Amino acid sequence: MPFDEMHSDPAGIRSPYRDIQSWLESAPLEMLARKRHEAELFFRRIGITFAVYGDKEGSERLIPFDIVPRILSRQEWQRLSRGLEQRVKALNAFIKDVYGARDCLNAGIIPAELVLQNPSFRPEMTRIRTAHDIYVMIAGIDIVRVDAETFYVLEDNARTPSGVSYMLENREVMLRMFPELFQNNRVLPVENYTDDLLATLKSIAPRSATADPNVVLLTPGVYNSAYYEHSFLADKLGIELVEGSDLIVNGDIVYMRTTEGLKRVDVIYRRVDDEFLDPLAFNPHSMLGVAGLMGAYKAGNVSLTNAVGTGVADDKAVYSYMPEIIRFYLGEEAILKNVPTWRCREPDALAYVLEHISELVVKEVHGSGGYGMLVGPKADKATREAFAEKLRANPENYIAQPTLALSTVPTLVDEGIAPRHVDLRPFVLSGADKIRIVPGGLTRVALREGSLVVNSSQGGGTKDTWVVDQ
Amino acid sequence: MLSRTADNLFWLSRYIERAENLARILDVASRLANLPSAYAGTSNEWESAVATAACVDTFHDAFDEVTPENVIEFLAFSPTNPGSIRNCIETARHNARAVRTALTVEMWEIINSAWLELQSLSAERLRSGPELARFLAWVKEMTLRFDGIAYRTMLRNDAYYFSRLGFQIERADNTARILDVKYHVLLPQTEPVGGGLDYFQWAAVLRSVSALTSYNWIYRDSVKPWLVADFLILREEMPRSLACCYGNIVRFLDELAVSYGRQGDAQRLSRRVSSDLRNATIEGIFQGGLHEFISQFIVGNNHVAQAITKQFLT
Repeated sequence: MPFDEMHSDPAGIRSPYRDIQSWLESAPLEMLARKRHEAELFFRRIGITFAVYGDKEGSERLIPFDIVPRILSRQEWQRLSRGLEQRVKALNAFIKDVYGARDCLNAGIIPAELVLQNPSFRPEMTRIRTAHDIYVMIAGIDIVRVDAETFYVLEDNARTPSGVSYMLENREVMLRMFPELFQNNRVLPVENYTDDLLATLKSIAPRSATADPNVVLLTPGVYNSAYYEHSFLADKLGIELVEGSDLIVNGDIVYMRTTEGLKRVDVIYRRVDDEFLDPLAFNPHSMLGVAGLMGAYKAGNVSLTNAVGTGVADDKAVYSYMPEIIRFYLGEEAILKNVPTWRCREPDALAYVLEHISELVVKEVHGSGGYGMLVGPKADKATREAFAEKLRANPENYIAQPTLALSTVPTLVDEGIAPRHVDLRPFVLSGADKIRIVPGGLTRVALREGSLVVNSSQGGGTKDTWVVDQ
Repeated sequence: MLSRTADNLFWLSRYIERAENLARILDVASRLANLPSAYAGTSNEWESAVATAACVDTFHDAFDEVTPENVIEFLAFSPTNPGSIRNCIETARHNARAVRTALTVEMWEIINSAWLELQSLSAERLRSGPELARFLAWVKEMTLRFDGIAYRTMLRNDAYYFSRLGFQIERADNTARILDVKYHVLLPQTEPVGGGLDYFQWAAVLRSVSALTSYNWIYRDSVKPWLVADFLILREEMPRSLACCYGNIVRFLDELAVSYGRQGDAQRLSRRVSSDLRNATIEGIFQGGLHEFISQFIVGNNHVAQAITKQFLT
């Protein structure tokens, strides 16, 4: 039996959930179903949609929202947030080192070829010093829980994590629909996230910027799956939402085209991948980027958030070294554990993985979004064998992890209230002044019974995440 | 603000205004077409509708014959006509989505729900008479709400001025086109002895800009063609007259000049068009040729739109 965050307590109901549990017991199922429907209408009307790539039917879909909140106690959260802060500090130190002195490679903490031959490694960055030496200003670290005590980090998402708009809108819809629940539970607020984000972005402005730096959000455009989030954040931050064609680089300074002429840009919160940022430096066919942007970046006239080349820490094989990385840079033991990981590039590990493939989850090292992975226990024999073939042909490309018994939270499904597996993505902001984390994050839930895949592109939903003061 | 944002706002308003104008044109055409021919005269209302919408060529590429069904299909629902009501709403929503941050929540909600509703409407059913009327009423309702919401909720800054400029430029263009297509029925010499036959045509012109009642209030007279022309061209109190539109265009461009601290061709050109209208008399216009006057106005209005684009939107 997986750990259930409401029920798995020898004394009955776990304490953060007591009020919600009695509310669920007393609330008629029809009322809950109606409320769920209302929430859906709300989301659809304000246009919180996402696009699924390769989906011909509706190019805009809603992520299902579950009205039963996922709840953490303040004590649990404090431990989590300490662990997150530690992890992000180490990530920043690691990336700075990789593009600088390479102490960790020289000390043999992590194999050099794993870093230097990584497709996300950007040699350009070895000649660029970022303002304030921060690389990962925004991290969306995926956490899973397996029992009352144990949280694992699943992924670091140091590139361009998305989903924070759902964290904010989920809270908003819960406040609108169930104000009474917030009277009985002291839920820590999350709405200051956008203020924190703006403060973080301003703090990392280049030193040549004015006291009130011009911050913009660079989006690939309306056809991007996360476009709603881009416009939502720009709106809440009060910054311009720009596309590549709105920007122009002149004499190593980035400008945006406005109705009053060109205006200098100091900080770019970019939601465009590295490869598409600058056709002169990376993919020459990119229509999404800005020619000359990397030149301006190198000259220190613009800050990019997140920095270019942070993907090197997103690699799942590099991930497996995180405990060593934390020890190396901070001299501390990791507060949040890594999921035990077999690196298939190592022959012994590969042999083990092939032998136990029916028990393991095998992932591509560069994969994301739940694509290109095998969940051994859920796959049939033919699928497993086909995957094993790929694994043998290209072992460096894979890692394997045990199938974790992810914790479950009660969820409203067609049959009533039933346990469903969840994960958690808190958002960690690293500024030049300090690290900021709002209490909570995005809880994703696998709505299909028994499913462990929470990705929205694969039938996952979301929940409001509460940190309660008791 | 970003030039692209201003451009999107400007065109968003133009598409909304265009959708409303198309709805009115179709409404009036079906009203006239339903009259016995002794009252409506011999003109083909459906041809006029296509001409007023300025898409004669594209219509004939798509259809061989001007039938009510074809015109309704083309102007209201056709996915291939970029200027159909359906496409106006689609494009408006697309623009709105691209500039959500420049819109108020209420503006976005109205345009997004209109678009959602449009997805759920079945074009087959809408083509029938009563359903069509209801559809056109819905379009007018939606655009009025959008306009009202913009007026009531937007900050009075450049975003608002660009949005208003889009409405006014499109509205002036539409009024001018209606006059251009119908000018022959407004010329004094076509008034038949004993009068009356063209009454419905003149009334229709007024109705297509929702001005029949206000005409009565201004002139306290029966519908006379030169007064209709006077009303739609020169009367500043008539919100769809060319003079009123240009009074507003000059005002909004002046606001922009003040807030940006400089002015350019858009301001100069629009002031010229506006003063031409203010100095004109309806007698003078008829002497010089109503058709010539209108054609010249349409060209001038386009130049102002181009100047706005060049000065601010690119």
